[in-house]
Amino acid sequence: MADLSVNFASIRAPNPFWLASAPPTDKEYNVVRAFRAGWGGVVWKTLGEDPPIVNVSSRYGAISHAGARMAGFSNIELITDRPLEVNLREIATVKRDWPDRALVVSLMVPCTEESWKRILPRVEATGCDGIELNFGCPHGMSERGMGAAVGQVPEYVEMVTRWCKQHSRMPVIVKLTPNVTDIRAPARAAKRGGADAVSLINTIQSIVAVDLDSMAPEPVVDGQGTHGGYCGPAVKPIALRMVAELARDPELAGLPISGIGGISTWRDAAEFIALGAGSVQVCTAVMHRGFRIIEEMADGLANWMDEKGHTSIESFLGRAVPNFVHWEDLNLDYVTKARIDPALCIECGLCHIACEDTSHQAIAIHRHGDRRRFEVIEADCVGCNLCAHVCPVSGCIRMVAKDVARPKRTWKQHPNNPDRREAAE
Amino acid sequence: MDEPASITTTPLAGEMTSAAGSGGPWADLHPPLSQDEALVEANRCYFCFDAPCLHACPTGIDIPGFIRRIATSNLKGAAVRILEENIFGGSCARVCPTEILCEQACVRGAQEERPVKIGLLQRHATDWLMDRQIQPFQRAPASGRRVAVVGAGPAGLACAHRLARRGHDVTVFETRAKPGGLNEYGIAAYKLVDDFAQREVAFLLALGGIRIEHGRTLGADLPLGALQRDFDAVFLGLGLAGVNALAFVPEGPPAGLRDAVGFIAELRQAPDPRQLVPGRRVIVIGGGNTAIDAAVQSRRLGAEDVTIAYRRGPADMGATRWEQDFARTEGVRILYHLTPLGLVTAGGAVAGVEFVRARPGTPEPAGERVTLPADRVLTAIGQRLDLPVLDITPRVAAGRIVVDANRETSLPGVFAGGDCVAGQDLTVRAVQDGKLAAEAIHRRLSGIRE
Ligand SMILES: Cc1cc2nc3c(=O)[nH]c(=O)nc-3n(C[C@H](O)[C@H](O)[C@H](O)COP(=O)(O)OP(=O)(O)OC[C@H]3O[C@@H](n4cnc5c(N)ncnc54)[C@H](O)[C@@H]3O)c2cc1C
Ligand SMILES: Cc1cc2nc3c(=O)[nH]c(=O)nc-3n(C[C@H](O)[C@H](O)[C@H](O)COP(=O)(O)O)c2cc1C
Ligand code: SF4
Ligand code: SF4
Ligand code: SF4
Repeated sequence: MADLSVNFASIRAPNPFWLASAPPTDKEYNVVRAFRAGWGGVVWKTLGEDPPIVNVSSRYGAISHAGARMAGFSNIELITDRPLEVNLREIATVKRDWPDRALVVSLMVPCTEESWKRILPRVEATGCDGIELNFGCPHGMSERGMGAAVGQVPEYVEMVTRWCKQHSRMPVIVKLTPNVTDIRAPARAAKRGGADAVSLINTIQSIVAVDLDSMAPEPVVDGQGTHGGYCGPAVKPIALRMVAELARDPELAGLPISGIGGISTWRDAAEFIALGAGSVQVCTAVMHRGFRIIEEMADGLANWMDEKGHTSIESFLGRAVPNFVHWEDLNLDYVTKARIDPALCIECGLCHIACEDTSHQAIAIHRHGDRRRFEVIEADCVGCNLCAHVCPVSGCIRMVAKDVARPKRTWKQHPNNPDRREAAE
Repeated sequence: MDEPASITTTPLAGEMTSAAGSGGPWADLHPPLSQDEALVEANRCYFCFDAPCLHACPTGIDIPGFIRRIATSNLKGAAVRILEENIFGGSCARVCPTEILCEQACVRGAQEERPVKIGLLQRHATDWLMDRQIQPFQRAPASGRRVAVVGAGPAGLACAHRLARRGHDVTVFETRAKPGGLNEYGIAAYKLVDDFAQREVAFLLALGGIRIEHGRTLGADLPLGALQRDFDAVFLGLGLAGVNALAFVPEGPPAGLRDAVGFIAELRQAPDPRQLVPGRRVIVIGGGNTAIDAAVQSRRLGAEDVTIAYRRGPADMGATRWEQDFARTEGVRILYHLTPLGLVTAGGAVAGVEFVRARPGTPEPAGERVTLPADRVLTAIGQRLDLPVLDITPRVAAGRIVVDANRETSLPGVFAGGDCVAGQDLTVRAVQDGKLAAEAIHRRLSGIRE
């Protein structure tokens, strides 16, 4: 059986599945339940200075997609609304009772060295395994000069990270906001400041819906709404890209990455790990179904690893990173053609109309009475694979690679490219 | 309207016209789900907390847990989750009356009268594992203890498998030539197609540690006292060996009269069932699943006119509503409130059955007599524990062996379960009994206090 344990920035955990800093990790009660269920670690809900903030009601908006609830999720919550002392006491208790699990504490205090100097020793005294700097909260806190506002300015990220390294011995994970144009800038700043790792993504600024009766963004608080932080399955592609972008950045080589954003199943986790995440964090999926989803995540990941012969997380960590290349490095001479399996086809016509109306007119209909047969016109098929996506029957349309004799030719070598370099390599 | 240029009219290839043709009388009653269907169905499950479906499964399978594994394409995990609780998860997926068990409790039934297809999803996962011949369980280190199991039906084999997993060695004594009990000899042919009963037993035995001795009969060549003495524990999974007979049938019964269980056993074992002559006009007397199965299989064998005659009303029937409707769609007529009085015979063969109409709600006669013609009469009026004559005998009450919560009989170290003890006569219940007895035996043998 595969070994799921991880050593992430010298924080050890029995598995790579951690709970992200959010309501599921706001109290001893929740965290103990999570550990009992099998979670490998938690990042405690972000702590701030007293007096604690105050939250509104309601707090969440959500997107249902085709009947599936919470495909996208949004919140207008702030950091913890409980007194610092209470949180610190509970953190110490939990760490004492669960020494084998990762317990990281998320922090957000005003951008002054004094504030950080004050809180760091108190956090360190709990015996926790490390801290995560919340530079990502996209609402509420950023208006006060904390969170995303800090995260969007690389100089601030570097400065605060450095304070934390100076005033504590704990591993420092910098949590990045996705609300920037180039995710590498804050990550590089974190590294310069001495960060031991980065985690991403925090939530994305959003308005999930507008209530057309009260004419206010959702969730509606007494007739008004504000922008929220978007997360859940819908954000996974954005998060994967940002994780991969950091994983392949030579300037960041060796910096551990904790992947966050839309992770709900073992497969999501495996994808993040393959793109360079040494641990993964989950929030929306447990808010939807409870901590018990860890059983399936751990079991599914282990079964898949066994099947593929991966004995440890290390053995496939980052394995997809070298294959995440720039567009100009893709092989332009690689050609695929759609092929429809007539035995599986249910004659819905979606492939035809997609190709006919919006692509290359490469799927013909042969009519015979009231039966129809759909056939790819190979000469016209550009291999875009739109039809394979719209086809409701799995495996019915396959993209078949054509033999190409020539060696790989990229845009850099292509005759159509005015700046072409002759293939010397 | 202009036709798009790429639409042409050509004759269809041959592959397009041969869609029909599968099926036939012994085809799968509920064909398996395709990959796509399974994914869509699995995603209908809400992953309920403290799920009602789980509580309605006699073996307590973690239904939301296995369905979520299907939804995440972790089919191995799904199958293991099922088989951990129910090693007959494959046959139960096919034979359980889910409409009165898990699916009856599913919250989507309450919400939209369309429960999640738990049975078919269970089959999807277990088939995946068994098709790949993956053996998910390992035996614990050998304990050196030996347990005797009598009867290789679902109860006996479920008990044997759990004991073997726990490291004990099990010898199963079975009177018949094949293992599987009623899975092999009793369940309707269209519920367990493709020799599934034997494939499942082979899968289960592949664990190791279980030896079956066929042709060994408790009470004949096996005294219970000797088993109790020579083994560390004994489990009796005898099923119900006897069938009830009509009170008025004379000595030397007429041709054309037979018991439904025997008829089905013959059908299940026939190399080519189509050679069997079902009778032209068939009357099945009874109201349980056996009556339904015998009637439907008679129809599928080609009987023209098949009637189930039951002495009470539809709600009293042992067969579920779903099964009654199913029989009707198969062309079986169900007549209620008919109490059989006697056989009409001609030339030593049955020619019909005489009934009296019963007062609704009771089997009491109300007066009017009816005679229905038939050349074949199948009796399905219940099975009976025919406990063989034994040197030592466990306590029996109301026709079943008496057991406690651990499934232990009045004889120390002798356990029993399945149809031979009181409870619902269902495969899934037999499996649960076998499992519970095995765990109790294991605790006893390893000195764990209750
Ligand atoms: C016609 C019919 C249809 C059914 N359909 C369904 C259905 O669709 N769904 C469902 O859930 N249930 C169904 N059942 C009930 C189900 O088959 C039983 O509940 C289940 O098989 C009970 O398992 P068991 O192990 O207790 O007994 P059995 O399956 O009867 O197995 C008992 C075994 O013990 C052996 N044995 C008996 N006496 C001795 C002895 N003295 N010495 C050695 N061996 C002995 C027998 O040969 C047999 O192999 C049906 C039953 C019948 C009769
Ligand atoms: C209700 C809610 C509250 C959150 N609070 C915090 C927080 O206090 N600190 C923080 O760093 N991230 C917070 N997050 C962001 C999550 O930690 C996580 O980065 C984000 O939800 C993406 O993961 P997911 O798609 O699994 O939910 C919060 C998210 C939600 C939904
Ligand atoms: S989830 Fe609990 S706290 Fe939140 S609105 Fe519902 S009942 Fe209230
Ligand atoms: S989309 Fe798929 S199923 Fe529909 S016609 Fe095309 S090939 Fe057939
Ligand atoms: S009750 Fe229905 S929806 Fe709920 S867990 Fe069971 S199968 Fe799923």
